[in-house]
Amino acid sequence: MTPTRTTTRALHIAAAATLFCASLAARAGEVEVLHYWTSGGEAKAASALKATLQGKGHSWKDFAVAGGGGDSAMTVLKSRVVSGNAPAAAQIKGPSIQEWGNEGVLANLDDVAKANNWDALLPKVVSDVMKHKGHYVAVPVNVHRVNWLWANPEALKKANAKMPTNWDEFFVTAEALKKAGLIAVAHGGQNWQDFTTFESVALGVGGADFYRKALVQLDAATIKGPTMLKVLTTFKKVKGYTDKNAPGRDWNLATAMVIRGEAGMQLMGDWAKGEFIAAGKAPGKDFLCAAAPGTANAFTFNIDSFAMFKIKNTANLQAQKDMAAAIMSPEFQETFNLNKGSIPARLNMDMAKFDDCAKLSSKDFVATAKGNTLVPSIAHGMAVSSAAEGAIKDVVSQFWNTDTMTPEQAMDRLVAAAKTK
Amino acid sequence: MSSAFATRLARWMPRLAVAPGFALSFAFIYGLIAWNGVLSFSASRLLPNYEFVGLAQYVALFESERWHVALVNLGIFSFLFIGVGLALGLFLAILLDQKIRAEGALRTIYLYPMALSFIVTGTAWKWILNPGLGLEHLVRGWGFESFSFDWLVNPDRAIYTVVIAGVWQSAGFVMALFLAGLRGIDDAILKAAQIDGATLPRIYWRIVIPSLRPVFFSTLLVLAHISIKSFDLVMALTAGGPGFATDMPATFMYAMSFSRGQIGLGAASATIMLCTVAAIVVPYLYSELRGARR
Repeated sequence: MTPTRTTTRALHIAAAATLFCASLAARAGEVEVLHYWTSGGEAKAASALKATLQGKGHSWKDFAVAGGGGDSAMTVLKSRVVSGNAPAAAQIKGPSIQEWGNEGVLANLDDVAKANNWDALLPKVVSDVMKHKGHYVAVPVNVHRVNWLWANPEALKKANAKMPTNWDEFFVTAEALKKAGLIAVAHGGQNWQDFTTFESVALGVGGADFYRKALVQLDAATIKGPTMLKVLTTFKKVKGYTDKNAPGRDWNLATAMVIRGEAGMQLMGDWAKGEFIAAGKAPGKDFLCAAAPGTANAFTFNIDSFAMFKIKNTANLQAQKDMAAAIMSPEFQETFNLNKGSIPARLNMDMAKFDDCAKLSSKDFVATAKGNTLVPSIAHGMAVSSAAEGAIKDVVSQFWNTDTMTPEQAMDRLVAAAKTK
Repeated sequence: MSSAFATRLARWMPRLAVAPGFALSFAFIYGLIAWNGVLSFSASRLLPNYEFVGLAQYVALFESERWHVALVNLGIFSFLFIGVGLALGLFLAILLDQKIRAEGALRTIYLYPMALSFIVTGTAWKWILNPGLGLEHLVRGWGFESFSFDWLVNPDRAIYTVVIAGVWQSAGFVMALFLAGLRGIDDAILKAAQIDGATLPRIYWRIVIPSLRPVFFSTLLVLAHISIKSFDLVMALTAGGPGFATDMPATFMYAMSFSRGQIGLGAASATIMLCTVAAIVVPYLYSELRGARR
């Protein structure tokens, strides 16, 4: 066998392999998906989506990047997009969708949206987030409510206190819990957790209009106004009821304190419910859920969504469109949200299989969408650009942690932070 | 093959062998430094772009309060980390140099922290210093109810906990360097000094330590760039918290570039860090190279 003949044979094999792969690709598409659905319930939901797509003859490829809590995945995503090799879909949410849209790399999903009537199925507040310049570029998976208050009924009984409905009652309950020798409020000192508490206070004290003006439109006069002063003072008062070891604690460890009855209450979004359920606790019996004090008629939303990127291969394009349609299907929305503790992003879903907390969330979601008190969560990247969000979070965390800082100083710094472009 | 060709080949072969590696490292180190420099003058947000904005990113950087906190922290951390690290390392080396028993075992124990990564060090100290789990909890458990050591959760003190963990990690390494230096000193000089009636502290102060000058410099160089690059230790120990009280230039750069979609600002902060390192290293290299030529 001469060397040349070996080379020709190798070339033949390579050509055949290429043709074979190409023929496969022509018959069915592949969706490459960047997501962080790794915990038990989420993984189950992801495999449901995978099965749906495989039913349509497409293949699913995980775009997995280890570590870094999403940051490193985003970095890899950026390099892939810059080099013209974007995945079909990536888990991106809120104003980040607009940032990616501005870079001109997202696919237009208007035809899928029209065929499936998305405009009628989604509240306008939600569909606005999914659109860039009036065109759908992303699909919502779920709606998390952020303004929840979770409590341990045993602890409340021990302290002879009740579930608070406004901030004055909250401090009465907290005081009673403290006297009973418990940690009143379970908190983790990370900037997004500080801000989750802060935005619930802002909504409860100032109401939805104030919230929108101050924290979404970042209006300087409102940020320096008397309502903000009251919000900051109330927020700082909450700190007195948290324990000294809070800095750096993860949210789920804070939830565990409520589950074990070491702490009475926690202000956290409804992903906390997943922890209670996983610990074998039943809603209404072993733990209580209520809207954060003073926010019963409002709703801060945190929506997970998939942005779809421009891709060239036509078979993959079909797979991408099928995936977008599948995500919005009632079956998927139900399966996924039952597992994740959130509620479907689609309106008019049958909520029979969901628990009471989710039913309340769903009812309030529809009501607040009509009453214009449905507001985006800043803590979870739904309201302002990531740069401004980070700067505002910095100020709020600094105020929370620095006992020498006055609310007036905090307001001045918030105004400066709000200017971050 | 002619002999002229052979000599030429012999002369060129090493250069040819080194060339690919040299070209690669040149492109990937200096090329990327240059690219970062270009980005710091651009309006880059989420993705790099090349819209020239002059010094705007640098202006924004120095107007940012968080950057000032990071710089002050870097100052405090570098000064204490290098100072305490050097002093403690030298002290341990001198003690170990007294021809004691089990020196090998002790040396290993002191050197061992260096074998850990900063992530492990940071995580371990995070538990040790946590008021509810670690030291404070332990001492209170012994009955000292009023004992308090909550630096880790106190924004004004948290940076010093980073210093504690950093010094703990690197003191053994500094000790090993000094010990090697001490072993290199000729015994005859020390004996002569002793015959002249010099006390031991005096011998160390006037003879031994001055002759360790080169070791001082190389140690200083290593510690200085560790402190400027310090990222993993802060991330593991405090994650920049409480708030951003323990933010450092490296963590600032990472947050801006990769989680807040401000690549231009991150690039500007990285350039400032590079200049800081260069300001220390270049004069040192210059003096070293000049010394070598002499």
